[in-house]
Amino acid sequence: MGVILKAEHISKQYRLGVVGTGTLSNDFNRFWHRIRGKEDPYLKIGSVNDRSEKATEDYVWALRDIDFEVQEGEVLGIIGKNGAGKSTLLKILSRVTSPTTGSIKTRGRIASLLEVGTGFHPELTGRENIYLNGAILGMSKAEIKGKEEEIIAFSGCEMYIDTPVKRYSSGMRVRLAFAVAAHLEPDILVVDEVLAVGDAEFQKKAIGKMQEISSKDGRTVLFVSHNMASIQNLCTKVLLMNNGGIEMMGETEEVINHYLKIFRNEEASVELSDRKDRKGNSKVVFDEFWFENLDGEKIAAIQSGMNIYLVLKISNTSTQRFNEIRISIGIDDDKGRRITILSNHLTNQKISIDQKSEKLIKISISEIALQAGTYYLTLFLGKEKDVFDWVENAGYFEIENGDFFKTGKVIENNQGVILMRHEYC
Amino acid sequence: MTPHPKEEWLYEISAKRKLINLNFKEIWHYRDLLFLFVKRDIVTVYKQTILGPFWYLIQPLFTSVVFTLIFNNLGNIQTGGVPPFLFNLAGITAWNYFKECLTKTSTTFTSNQQIFGKVYFPRVVMPLSVTISNLLKFGIQLVIFICFYCYYLFKGYELAPNGNLWLFPAYIIMMALLGLGAGMVVSSLTTKYRDLNILLSFAVQLLMYLSAVPYPLAEATKKFPPFVTNFITYNPMSQIIEGFRYLLLDSGSFSWLGFTYTLLFCLVLFFVGIIVFNRTEKTFIDTV
Repeated sequence: MGVILKAEHISKQYRLGVVGTGTLSNDFNRFWHRIRGKEDPYLKIGSVNDRSEKATEDYVWALRDIDFEVQEGEVLGIIGKNGAGKSTLLKILSRVTSPTTGSIKTRGRIASLLEVGTGFHPELTGRENIYLNGAILGMSKAEIKGKEEEIIAFSGCEMYIDTPVKRYSSGMRVRLAFAVAAHLEPDILVVDEVLAVGDAEFQKKAIGKMQEISSKDGRTVLFVSHNMASIQNLCTKVLLMNNGGIEMMGETEEVINHYLKIFRNEEASVELSDRKDRKGNSKVVFDEFWFENLDGEKIAAIQSGMNIYLVLKISNTSTQRFNEIRISIGIDDDKGRRITILSNHLTNQKISIDQKSEKLIKISISEIALQAGTYYLTLFLGKEKDVFDWVENAGYFEIENGDFFKTGKVIENNQGVILMRHEYC
Repeated sequence: MTPHPKEEWLYEISAKRKLINLNFKEIWHYRDLLFLFVKRDIVTVYKQTILGPFWYLIQPLFTSVVFTLIFNNLGNIQTGGVPPFLFNLAGITAWNYFKECLTKTSTTFTSNQQIFGKVYFPRVVMPLSVTISNLLKFGIQLVIFICFYCYYLFKGYELAPNGNLWLFPAYIIMMALLGLGAGMVVSSLTTKYRDLNILLSFAVQLLMYLSAVPYPLAEATKKFPPFVTNFITYNPMSQIIEGFRYLLLDSGSFSWLGFTYTLLFCLVLFFVGIIVFNRTEKTFIDTV
């Protein structure tokens, strides 16, 4: 075991605003400094990457002085808020762009799984695309040939393998793409949120494959995710990023606890506005949701047996008032199994929303009867046959062990997902 | 695992840049990708068309017919005993290869930003694949040229290739270098300044008329004002086209001086292209 990857003083500067006005003059200024052998004048300035603050300068540091080392065979999770610099770091690691200063030294081939299906050509058949995609990801023709059957079998698209990819369903395309990517054999694999796409079955398969890559083959994996459960599941070490710098790096549990502590207030609510994978006509949409305790404070972790509120913020973007809209919230466990559904249709309550307005929907849940674990929410908004907004896997919440039976005793972890009030008489 | 010696790294990702950073070993590693791109370009262009690869032939043939009608019949340009149609076909075949290389290469960064933004592979594979797939197209068009060549021979025209025909591959390489070099410069600049893309589309059109495609170089020196004549004479493309016709049809002029000048021009432009391309490929994704 040795250091396989070493990052030294990585910084990345971006220009704020539109590329255009001033670009040419700044370029000339930079060029003028360079031919006189001076340092780039724009490296001295630049704001700290905090998206909520108003920028005071034209340049921003997306990453600033990142130093870390990765051991061979390690699975390093990278976590942080949106815009903390995770993806920029991965882009640099996968050589899509280069750092403004600093360097990364590596001892192995890096392959990135930033987005599956990159470079698929719709006119080519599945088989031809396996070769093309594999080659783009850095495999040689001979390597792909050796794994062709395996890839096809893993994808489960045998029947369509000689049909152009443009005739594939989107699910089939993702499966085929992931099958190719999963059979890559780089020394270092870089993965960015691929698990966020696809259905529950696919996610499970993907996580399984990643575990196999890291544990069985002993390869190094860098894994970016917002999903704490899969980070906990996969990673041996975690790097926490904040505002373009490293906040903490260390053992998984320790870093995740720190993360939850510092970001508890912010992360307690889940923003949905940047979710693109939603269905429906968007007349009324979910903006965000969070959990509250009885005192009206946002909470990030829930204990079984607690009385809580689930608060949904919805907004009507149309110019029409809707009476009797229907809201359903599906709760799935981490295996993608539907546990239950909460709906105003079931409780016979009417909800209406005025045109061009926002509304908070509060659902009270008493003595939440879920076993400790991670649960996922699917949100649905509609009226009669109209689907307004439908977000699958909109977010997740953690249930921690709590005193549900008021006896101080808890059910062991592998004994089911729900709790039921009962009494021996 | 065997322990590695302390400071031995496979490669380094950094901001430092060398003037020319062509990693031939890496390009060799990605050779399969190069050929798959070539295959993709050729196979997919005429999918779901009835005539398929015949489109490769129709375009130069029809252009030659129109050129013959306008420039030779109407404009009365002399082609020195060579059938005008064949004369035009030779020029257009050569010009097409250069044009395709230039225009396709010039959009390397802008049209591939999706894929370039996701995975790394040596970016230079893209323009190289364009050059190679166009070479195949050029080959097909050359076959058609040879067919007409035989047809005119059969009809009793006295046609013979020049004794320097062995230089033919050099001309093809020069065209490829020229197209690649110019294309890489344009593609690098368009990542920031989109103006060039617009300029290029009509500049190429106009350049054809100033590259001795529909007329012999000698004819131009007689009839054009001196500054235009100078431009045409020092334009490497007109040198190439003139040389191309000289080799195949033995019409027009050839000088070793002109040949050397053109070769040097192409090489210099190619290296400038490589340097600019190399600088751009590292960070273009931030500005494109």
